[in-house]
Parts: sequence; C-alpha cells; structure tokens
Amino acid sequence: MSQDLIRIRAVSKEFGATGWFKKPVGVKAVDGVTLAVKRGQTLGIVGESGSGKSTLLRMALRLIKPSSGTVEIDGQDIWTLQGAELKAFRRKVQPIFQNPASSFNPRQSIGQILVAPLEVHGIGDRDSRRAKVAALLERVGLPKDAIDRHPHQLSGGQKQRIAIARAVILQPEAVLADEPTSALDVSVQAQVLDLFDDIRRDLGLTAIFVSHNLAVIRQVSDQIAVMRHGSVVEYGEADQVFGDPQHEYTKTLIAAVPDHRKLMRAL
Amino acid sequence: MASQVSSDPRVHDKPDTVASLSVEGLSIEFSRRRVWTPVVHDVSMRVMPGEIVGVIGESGSGKTLSSLAALRLLPKQARVASGRVRLGDVDILTQSESQMRNLRGNRMALIPQDAMQALNPTMRVGLQVAEPISLHSGQRLKSVAGVAAKLLETVGIARPEQQARAFPHQFSGGMQQRAMIAMGLALAPGLLIADEPTTALDVTVQAQVLNLLRDIRDTRGTSIMFITHDLGVVAELCDWVYVMRHGRIVEQGSVRRIFMDPQEEYTKMLLAATPSIHGPRRKGGV
Repeated sequence: MSQDLIRIRAVSKEFGATGWFKKPVGVKAVDGVTLAVKRGQTLGIVGESGSGKSTLLRMALRLIKPSSGTVEIDGQDIWTLQGAELKAFRRKVQPIFQNPASSFNPRQSIGQILVAPLEVHGIGDRDSRRAKVAALLERVGLPKDAIDRHPHQLSGGQKQRIAIARAVILQPEAVLADEPTSALDVSVQAQVLDLFDDIRRDLGLTAIFVSHNLAVIRQVSDQIAVMRHGSVVEYGEADQVFGDPQHEYTKTLIAAVPDHRKLMRAL
Repeated sequence: MASQVSSDPRVHDKPDTVASLSVEGLSIEFSRRRVWTPVVHDVSMRVMPGEIVGVIGESGSGKTLSSLAALRLLPKQARVASGRVRLGDVDILTQSESQMRNLRGNRMALIPQDAMQALNPTMRVGLQVAEPISLHSGQRLKSVAGVAAKLLETVGIARPEQQARAFPHQFSGGMQQRAMIAMGLALAPGLLIADEPTTALDVTVQAQVLNLLRDIRDTRGTSIMFITHDLGVVAELCDWVYVMRHGRIVEQGSVRRIFMDPQEEYTKMLLAATPSIHGPRRKGGV
C-alpha cells in the first residue's frame, strides 16, 4: 500500500468561455497541478477567488473531468473507474460543501438524509441503519429529535454537523471539503472545525480542505498548497509554509491577513 | 500596520468635544405578526471626530440595525422604541424626511457590504459617483460628472477618466467597493458608516481597501463607524471597539484594552474562537 492515498498528477482544466460574437477562448482554471495527500493527513488548499482551488477539488471528487492529467486514489485513476469500482470510490471519498442550505434535499428529514448513503450502498437493515444514524447524530453533537427535523429547522452550524455526519457515515477513507465553515459565525466555525478535526482523527481519515481563509487552513492542515491563477505556487508542510514562506505571493497573502494576534504581539 | 494603535485612545473620552455620532440608550423593536419585539436594547455608543470605531458582533447581534437607525434607514418592520441619536448637534430622530435626505450624503454616508448590489447596473460608474452632488446641489448630472474622475482617483482607481465611463459589471469586486467609497466621499461628509465593506473581498484586496479607509481618516479627518464580524480587521483598523451580542453592548474599550485585557466572557470567547496565522494553533495541533 502506497503512502499516498490521493495523487493529483499534472491536472489541468480548461473552461470554454464563449461570447456571442467572439471566438471561443479557453480559460485555464487549473493549470498543471501536481499534489499528493498521505494517508491520515490533511492537505489544505488556500487561494483567493478564481485561483482554481474549488475546480481542483471537484476534479478530485470526480464531479468535473480534467482536460488533462490524472487523479488517483489508491493508485487507481478515478476517471477509468466503472460499475462496482466506481461505486466503491463513491463510498471511499466523500464531499462536504460550502453552503449547508443547498447541499440537502429540503423535503427530506435529517434521518432520511443520513440513511440514504447506507441504503444506496446496501449496508445493514432498517433497524441497524436507524441505530447507526442515531449514534452518529449523537457523535456530531445534535439532539436525538433532530432525526425527524428538516434542514430549514436547523441552524447553519447544525447543518454543517449533519454534512460531516453524512460524509462519514459510510466510513470513507477520505473527506474532501470545500469552504465548509465560511458561511458560519466564528464561534460556530470554531466548534465545527473542532468536530471535523476530532472525527478525522478518530476515523484516521485523509482529507483535503479548501478555503480562502489562511487562519482556518493553518488550523486544520498538515500540508498546505497555495494556489494562484490555477497553479500551485507553494506547497509544503504547514508550519514551514506559514513560518518561512518562500514564494512572494504566499508572503503577500500572509501579510494581508488582518489578525488580532499580530497586534497583540506588536504591543 | 499596527501603527494606528498608537493613536490616542483617550480621544474617545474627551468631554469637551462634540461627538460626530452619538447614540444614547437606543432600543429598537421589530414587528412580527403585529407584535413588537425588542431586538436592540439600550445601546449607547459614540464616534469622535477623526476616530475609527469598530462595532463587532456575530450575526443577529444588532450591529447593522444600530447603524441603520443612525441613518434613519431602518426597514419598515423596525422602529426606534426609545433613545436618542445625534449627528454632531443634530437630533436625528426628530428630523423630517427631507431634512434627513439632506443630511445623508452631506453629513454622513453609508458604505454597504455588497457594492455590486448597491450599484445601478445600467448606469455608468462615473455618473453614479457624481449623482449625490447633482441631487444635493440641484445641478444637472452631466454638468457635475467631471468630478467623478477626481473622486475615483482619490480612492485609487487607475485611469479614472476612462473608468468613469465603465459599467459596474466591468469593475472587479475591489474596484466596485472603491467606487462606493468614492460615492460616499462625494459631498465630503464628516462621518462614514461602513457595514462589512470588505467581507466579500479577497484578503489582498481587503488590505488595500482598509488602507484606503485609514488614509481617508488621516488626510480628511473623517470619522468612521466600521461594522464587522472580523476581529482581525478591528485590530488593524480601529481605535475604539464596541462588542455586541443579542442586541446589547457587552463590552467597549480601546482596541488595545479589548485585545490585551478583555473583561467579558463573550469577548474572551470570540478572541479564543478566532483562528490565527500567528502564535500557537488554536487547538493542540497535529
């Protein structure tokens, strides 16, 4: 078994921008990115809007097909997977999205939302599924009666707890999260980040965490990739990237973050 | 950037100076199914001349409502239940609507969070920036449009004459926010009320906009009330801070005092919850 669970090799994505009167011009959203995530580690991808970080994550989730390059999980190119192998991949790698309100079916109860992955993958029977959902709800810190509630009856933080629960209910190997806390207040964000970190450690999950927020990325990541204009400009261990950034852009980015601890150190 | 902290925090307590904005015992109620429910309780705050005051709180803390009351722009379902709001020596709550229209723009201006939503998509940016001048002076818009380029230049937009002819969608998010600031400055008001003006921006652009606001204060002596949920922004920009929660002010003080020596549990919790790129990681680390 290789040390790397996820390998992204020379991946590019070109979106065709078409105008009514103009010749179509390709825009490279992601341009030749190579990254690897070791088992049990978290890779943080940070960048400003339009840097290609979300596109890259979507390619790793097999939601967008790369124009060139490959994404491998366990040494298998995910775009060659079919049938049972594809289904196994869908179980192994789980997404968490940014907007908790739009990532659930508003007409389903929380119980239905959480039980669906188990049904799709034919795991357990009715009673054992129900028990599993109940146990997981407790694990993510939601009251028992949440099982019969609907998404709109929950707060943003509670919805992201459900998103985490849904992502881990199949005991996946990897969770790929796109800005999962950027819609939350900071006190709630802190709780959700803690939960994410605890569960990731308990289950030994491998993770990719995409965010525009450097402080959040620093908190959750082992390795960090800094993206700009579709390319990775800096890639390394978290402490090294923050402690001794090499690339000019990383330095600019770090200097631009308004941070109260900078003030507290200056005083 | 931390140099602003050195500006004298005692300015906030000068008894012989008239505050740019003074809110006393303000309570606001919201109507829901014809029942009036209090949402802002007995809030008092002030912004002294040339001071940047931060109002920080999480969603639903009442920070935006309090600022809208100062502009008399509360939504229809809300009303001021009690309290006083004074802009310099003008009692805001007793002004007529036409007097208010004269004060808005002339004496105070709002810089909103979402510039794209605030700008008219069908009107050239330059004309929108000059519009307050036309409205307040009664001159035709075209005759004052020349001022727009100068205003856009003040807020750091390159090639201002050309850009004045652009439409909002041709501007980046940072440029749109600069245009809103330019519009706010059109009549040189003494007070800017900025409601999360950088929340939608990338950090590098946010840093530029914060610098611009600081410059405006330093060069023109404009007072700024800055509403935000971001402790980091407050630390870098503000002189004085009000911490709000559930419609109340739970703590206030100079930036230095609030960050170095927070007294209230809620302030301490906010400080602890905010992840940082400096110092130890918030949790044990990996």
